[in-house]
Amino acid sequence: MITPEILSFERNQPWREELRKSIKQADRTKIEKHKMPEQNAVVRSGNIEEVNTGFTPEMAVEEARRCLDCVNPTCIGGCPVNINIPKFVKKIELGDFAGAAQVLKETNTLPAVCGRVCPQEVQCESQCFYTLRLNKPAVGIGNLERFAADFERNSGLISVPEIEEKNGIKTAIIGSGPAGLAAAADLAKMGYDVTVFEALHEIGGVLKYGIPEFRLPNEIVDVEIETLKKLGVKFESNFLVGRTATIDQLRSMGYMSFFVGCGAGLPNFMNIPGENFVGIFSSNEYLTRINLMGASRDGYDTPVLSGKNVAVIGGGNTAMDSVRTAKRLGAERAMIIYRRSMDEMPARKEEVKHALEEGIEFMCLHNPLEYRADAQGRVLQVLVQKMDLGEPDASGRRKPVPIAGSEFLIDVDTVIVSIGVSPNPLLPRTLPDLKTTRWGTLVVNEDSLQTSISDLFAGGDIVRGGATVILAMGDGRKAAQAMHEYMKKNVSVK
Amino acid sequence: MFKILSKEFLSESVFRMDIEAPLIAKARKAGHFIILRVDERGERIPLTISGGDPEKGSITIIVQKIGLSTLKLAQLNAGDFIHDVVGPLGNATHIGITGTILCAGGGVGVAPLLPIAQALKQAGNRVVSVLAARNKDLIILEKEMRETSDEVIIMTDDGSYGEKGLVTHGMETFIQKEKINEAVVIGPAIMMKFASQLTRKYNIPTMASLNSIMVDGTGMCGACRVTVGGSTKFVCVDGPEFDAHQVDFDELLLRLGAYRDLERKAMLQGPFTYIKQGL
Ligand SMILES: Cc1cc2nc3c(=O)[nH]c(=O)nc-3n(C[C@H](O)[C@H](O)[C@H](O)COP(=O)(O)OP(=O)(O)OC[C@H]3O[C@@H](n4cnc5c(N)ncnc54)[C@H](O)[C@@H]3O)c2cc1C
Ligand SMILES: Cc1cc2nc3c(=O)[nH]c(=O)nc-3n(C[C@H](O)[C@H](O)[C@H](O)COP(=O)(O)OP(=O)(O)OC[C@H]3O[C@@H](n4cnc5c(N)ncnc54)[C@H](O)[C@@H]3O)c2cc1C
Ligand code: SF4
Ligand code: SF4
Ligand code: FES
Repeated sequence: MITPEILSFERNQPWREELRKSIKQADRTKIEKHKMPEQNAVVRSGNIEEVNTGFTPEMAVEEARRCLDCVNPTCIGGCPVNINIPKFVKKIELGDFAGAAQVLKETNTLPAVCGRVCPQEVQCESQCFYTLRLNKPAVGIGNLERFAADFERNSGLISVPEIEEKNGIKTAIIGSGPAGLAAAADLAKMGYDVTVFEALHEIGGVLKYGIPEFRLPNEIVDVEIETLKKLGVKFESNFLVGRTATIDQLRSMGYMSFFVGCGAGLPNFMNIPGENFVGIFSSNEYLTRINLMGASRDGYDTPVLSGKNVAVIGGGNTAMDSVRTAKRLGAERAMIIYRRSMDEMPARKEEVKHALEEGIEFMCLHNPLEYRADAQGRVLQVLVQKMDLGEPDASGRRKPVPIAGSEFLIDVDTVIVSIGVSPNPLLPRTLPDLKTTRWGTLVVNEDSLQTSISDLFAGGDIVRGGATVILAMGDGRKAAQAMHEYMKKNVSVK
Repeated sequence: MFKILSKEFLSESVFRMDIEAPLIAKARKAGHFIILRVDERGERIPLTISGGDPEKGSITIIVQKIGLSTLKLAQLNAGDFIHDVVGPLGNATHIGITGTILCAGGGVGVAPLLPIAQALKQAGNRVVSVLAARNKDLIILEKEMRETSDEVIIMTDDGSYGEKGLVTHGMETFIQKEKINEAVVIGPAIMMKFASQLTRKYNIPTMASLNSIMVDGTGMCGACRVTVGGSTKFVCVDGPEFDAHQVDFDELLLRLGAYRDLERKAMLQGPFTYIKQGL
């Protein structure tokens, strides 16, 4: 944890003082925020290359100059893992990009990932002095984070963090999403013998099978996994814990504690008539076929049905990813059908903006009622109903109410249902003593993330329901610390 | 990577493989399946574990060549490696003692049927079996099924072996001869549909093992969903076995056809490039 003392000690370092003096604060605030360069919307909706192309070094330094190196850097409180934001930003201003990356790695195992997918506008950047006091666009913290991490990766000089002496104690991580990877990294650094078990054939969880390449190239995740391997972390893919081996069997193989980062993979459906027709997918299936299995790429065997008229049901990040993917696979009409209004949409603003630019249609305040199909069972039409916004509901958002008699049909050949996920009950079902909530999430102690089984700790989506990459990683790190305490007490090291 | 220990053709289009997978061999029970990927770019296909040897650390699969992936698999030999194998998946068959059980297998469906019939027999049931296929060549595991069954009827569509006629004909023969307490039907969806229509007529509780299209096999994608008793179930985690009289087989049939055209196209290009690469 960074304390105010550490922060002020670092802020008082001569190099920081000098930098602060080099430009007047008032001049810093006059610098315009740098926009993230991106591929042209027409071009990019025909390829799967990254939409955002990243800052040039000059842009990064200029953007870093905007940061005021505040006495009380409120931005840090907005970051779930408390990255020392002014320190890394000032390293960029100094031109020490590798140094900036190292600062990031002190607290964040996957900076190249978070710099791309964090909802910065509601996290770090929402707490920036510019946002809070100056009513100006925040320092581009996420974009700078991405820049520093990319610089390090492209330089080929990836620093491998220092590892404490190996203590030979075996510990197991279940699930290789961001929660599991973060826990693995920290435990490895503490000297533990760490194995990550993953049910799928690829490591990375949602980062691989869910988030598309145009937002997060797989290669970036792979580089981070390589770093973990250098830390001595072992990976067992094709290993479904609870089935391939039970927790009990792993205990008898010598694993002393477990981190459960199984995610919330179970897709929800609406249970409306016709939802099982051919051509109607969960977003998990659609994105997995394309991102993980390579459907649509030459030389890969997995097929996917992706047509000309694609409707995506829902308004979250997953819905945006699905609809933009459909566009890239050749949809002439790719639309979002969402039952609330644009303002209530849970997706990141940047994603919605990108989607609009790419020609995605937004049918807000519409709700599907049923599907119609041809004789082969292939979906042909969706019946939708218009909605109105009523009183606020439990979530504080205004509740959509159907408008009677407003139903109409839309022609579709592909439908992607993207209305949320639930925790996968597969592992919990094999552990009768494991306490779960009504929603199937695991019950944990808030401070230690310990479950009702003492050697089992858990975090990420399996505890929170669908959340974010950075929250999952924060949990992984917190649990790693608690597992360390637990093992210090309960395992005798020989 | 998972090593192929042995391979043998049971007929022109059906082959048996023993694969080295010690953990799966130890954990598996009748009714379980695996998902495998033949190579780096392969699709994930589900296959029943039809036997295994925990001592040797091997599992047995019996596969019918029908499309690109099963064809690629058929080209591998003992000593070669399969890129990915995960399991055991699905729920094991509930084996209880109920009396006389009618086991009906269609085509390669006999492969998943065999371990279930063996377990039922071992538990003390009387087992009577019907093996059905289009022709003589497609009748597999006859010897093994005879060893575990008290009686066997063989049916072929063309009469080239056993009796001429459909699986339901053989089933009815048993049903009329003796009191059947339960039935197990496994085979192509269309066969299971008609077999379970028959047992419904006679009020015989029936279990079917569904072969829906799958991707992950862990409950994550919903590709495998079917309607059972009016609600949606995921075959990979809720099944693969269900009360046959509750299954919407027509929906299953439509969903199984989802990729037929794409698969045919891939078959025309696929195996060719595959062979071209000299693999
Ligand atoms: C399409 C999509 C887009 C998203 N976009 C964003 C975004 O832009 N920004 C953001 O912050 N968040 C986003 N999210 C949410 C974010 O990805 C998740 O909150 C995060 O990945 C959760 O991490 P996790 O480690 O808890 O689980 P996951 O990433 O879900 O990983 C869990 C892993 O555990 C494996 N597993 C499960 N059970 C077992 C078992 N029994 N044995 C072995 N392995 C098992 C699974 O196969 C999986 O690989 C998005 C999610 C999706 C689906
Ligand atoms: C639980 C389960 C157990 C099975 N056990 C066996 C077995 O023991 N032996 C055996 O020979 N077959 C078994 N199958 C069927 C086997 O999975 C398919 O034959 C195989 O996937 C076909 O792949 P292909 O590429 O060769 O053929 P394709 O040309 O791709 O497909 C031919 C047909 O197979 C079905 N199919 C295609 N892809 C999949 C998929 N990913 N998952 C499921 N079905 C698919 C479709 O109906 C398709 O029309 C089982 C299926 C399930 C669900
Ligand atoms: S990890 Fe996310 S929230 Fe934290 S500083 Fe980086 S972009 Fe902001
Ligand atoms: S609050 Fe904004 S300006 Fe202040 S240190 Fe943080 S990023 Fe820089
Ligand atoms: S195969 Fe994906 S949920 Fe069953």
